[in-house]
Parts: sequence; C-alpha cells; structure tokens
Amino acid sequence: MKKIVFLFVALTAATTISAQNYFTRDGKVKLDATSSTSPEKIEALTKTASCVLDASAGKIQWAVLLKSFKFEQALMEEHFNENYVESNKFPKATFSGQITNLSEVNLAKDGTYNAVVTGKMTLHGVTKDITTNGALNVSGGKIRVNAGFSLMLPDYGITIPSLVSDKVTKDARILIDATLEPMK
Amino acid sequence: MNKKYLLLFFLLPTFLRAQDQDLLALLGEEKSVEYATASFKTNRVINGHSIENTAAGVLDFKISHRFSPVRQGLYDIFGLDGATIRFGLDYGITNRLMVGAGRNSREKIYDGFVKYKILRQCSGAKNIPVTLTYLADAQIKSVKFADPSRDNKFTDRVYYTHQLLIGRKFGDRLSLQLMPTLVHRNLTTSPEDKNDVYAMGVAGRFKLSKRVALNAEYYYVPDGQIATSYVNSLSLGLDIETGGHVFQLHFTNSPDMTYKGFITETQEQWFFQGNDGQLMSGIRFGFNVSRVFTVVKPKELK
Repeated sequence: MKKIVFLFVALTAATTISAQNYFTRDGKVKLDATSSTSPEKIEALTKTASCVLDASAGKIQWAVLLKSFKFEQALMEEHFNENYVESNKFPKATFSGQITNLSEVNLAKDGTYNAVVTGKMTLHGVTKDITTNGALNVSGGKIRVNAGFSLMLPDYGITIPSLVSDKVTKDARILIDATLEPMK
Repeated sequence: MNKKYLLLFFLLPTFLRAQDQDLLALLGEEKSVEYATASFKTNRVINGHSIENTAAGVLDFKISHRFSPVRQGLYDIFGLDGATIRFGLDYGITNRLMVGAGRNSREKIYDGFVKYKILRQCSGAKNIPVTLTYLADAQIKSVKFADPSRDNKFTDRVYYTHQLLIGRKFGDRLSLQLMPTLVHRNLTTSPEDKNDVYAMGVAGRFKLSKRVALNAEYYYVPDGQIATSYVNSLSLGLDIETGGHVFQLHFTNSPDMTYKGFITETQEQWFFQGNDGQLMSGIRFGFNVSRVFTVVKPKELK
C-alpha cells in the first residue's frame, strides 16, 4: 500500500511540474529589414514559430524555420534564403533565454506583465547574448507574448552588399506575437 | 523497499529539470518536406528553359538580344551592330504552372508556352530525387512568305515544341538537367529536313559566388533529321543578379531564341574552317535581362 502511495505522490509531483509548461507551434514572427531610404518594403512574416515556456523556472525557448518566412516578393524570399541567412546550411533560428524579473511576473494570475528576458540567440551559425523586454498577457490560462527587438545582421555573419545597402538595413527589427497554451 | 521509492520521489523533479534544458524537445520533431529551391537563377538557362518556374503571382519581363558573330571585329563592334531582339512576358499562375509569350525580331516569330512542374525535388518527410517539368511551346513565323505564288497556308507558319526537363540540384552550387525535346515543323525547306526533329539537351549551372553563376547549355540533334549544313547549339554564359534583375550574359553559336531556331537551324560551329581553309568562329555575344514584378501578393501574408 505504502508503495502505491509513494508512486502516486511521485507521479503527481511530476505532473504538476510539467503542467507549468506553455507552448505554441504557430507563433507569428515579423522581420523588417527595410532601410529608411528603401523604395520598397523588405518585410517577412512567419506564422509557424515554436515556443516553449517553463513558467516555474522562467525559461523560454524559441525556434523558427527560416524557410517559413514569407515575403511579398518571391525573388526577395529567394535572396533571403540563398544569399543572406543561407537556410540550407542553417535552417533554424533559435533563442534560449531566462525571464530575469520572474518575481514580478505572476503567470498564475490574469494580467499584463513586463518581462525582461535575457538569453542566447542563434542565427546563421552564430550565437550572441541578447536582452529584450516583452509583454506577457495572462488571460484564461493562456499567455500572449509580445516582444520587439533589433538584431545587427553583421554580428551574425550576414553581410549586406554595398549595392543594396540603401535598401536593406543592417539593423533588422523583429516583432513577436504568440499565444502560448498550457502543455498537457 | 520504501527507500527506493523515496529516492525516486526526490529524483523525479531533478530529471524533469534536466530535461527542461531543451524545452523545445517537448514539442517533438516536426517532419517537414524540404523542396530544393533556386536550382537556376531564372526560368531560362540561356536559350532554352530551366527547371525553374516563375513564382505564383509574379510577372517576369524579359528582354533578350543576340548579336552578329564576334569575328566581324571592331568595324562591327564585335557583332553588336547586328542585333536580334526578343521581348516577352512570363507569368506564374501557381508555383507549378506558368505561361509566357514573346516576340522575336528574327523571322518575326511570335511564341507562347505553357510549363508545368510535374515533380519537385525534395527531401525530408517526402523524398523525390529530381524535378520533372513539361513544356509545350508554339512558334508562329509571321514574316512574309518567300514565294507568294505558292499555295501558302497559315499552318505552314507554325512550329511546335514539346520538352521534358529532368533536373537535380546537387548541393548548393551545382544543378544539372536533361531535356529530351521534340520540335515539329509543319513546313520544311528541304527533303532532308524532317517534320519531327528529336533532340537531347543537357544544361548545367555552377554557382561561382552568391550572386554570380556559370551556365552551359547544349542541344544534340541525332543525324538524319536536319540538313547537314545545320549544327548543334552550344551556349556558355554568366548569370549575374542584382536586386530585382537577373542579367544573363552569354556566348552562343545560335542567333535564334526560339526552339525551332536554335535546335534545328543553327548554322555555324563555335569554331570551323572557312572556305579558304582558315579558322573561323561562329561565336556570338548575347544577353537576357529579366525583371520581376509581383502582381498578386502571396496569400500567406493576408
């Protein structure tokens, strides 16, 4: 009998911990590399970014398949994959980070919280430390994540040829909008 | 016995925490299909088609020139004085189906085609080793009939081409394709020239840098189908891309940009012996310029 009780307690403890994970497979990530002097928009959107948030530890991870970025212009999309991010060699961009102000964020209670996230961004085979602010909106057991930050493309070994430097900025803006659901 | 379970109880959260290092692994590995893209820089290798299609909703405006033989020297500015031109429009209806039409100054030919990607090279959840494309092209010669007294019919002006393109991208740099081709000519000029001409094309692309690629294209016509004065078409070129343009600069022995022209009516070899025995060259300079316009935005962005 005691064995069964212990087993039950052990399993319940495990369930409680895993229930604090939130996830999505259809997060939106917008990329905007339009330079201020560019005659055309250099923007792309993916709706298939993956994210897992461990609410108790405040750990958050992202993965984006670079080929899933859709551009208005097919040729721009081809150049993005072939010449800039080289998505055949480096198919994914990933981020692994930690919410540093976890004490100010109560994910068990509805409300909007400002989260400071710091972690490692990997793009084009290069890993860099970044820190960004994001808004976490908790409502009805779901967490909506909104964040915006800049990536200096040359830091990740992505060079902008001088020929197009008036169109493509080195300082790409990233906007994230995702709704995370509890993982069962 | 109890102690064992107690140990398990304390260890379980630790196991879970260790697992948390890769949270994304909890989502499982999604299996996607990876299609080979950008095997060639544009939908043409040089004179003939490549396995690439114009993307859905994109209009591709092409201006192409072929010049007189380079051997004519500075007097003719290496052939540039004698230009033939083709301008045309290609449009992608879907990512697999495209249509196009053009007008050639040589023999005042109008051409139009339909091109469909039957198979797409891919790996991952689905595995197909090659891309297979079918092309149907019609060419209508609108230059005045040479002999007006003959019983000339409209059908005498028409030429058809059917082509299969079997291509594969080998790694990032190299792409190769084979193009079994049938050119049908309703009217031919000599009994040696058959109405149906079967040819085999071979073409390749080698990327020299991110924005420059070397292209080659050769069409072999087995003997007994065309007059012996005609030769096989060979072209070598560079593709250079800059933003929305692709410039294709090349050397070729074919002055024609239509299938019936370069496959069945190319007259001079790259190098041949002239009437007085001296070495001559049939090499001509030419270029294609492609400019794309997005007419219909991809629906994924709406």
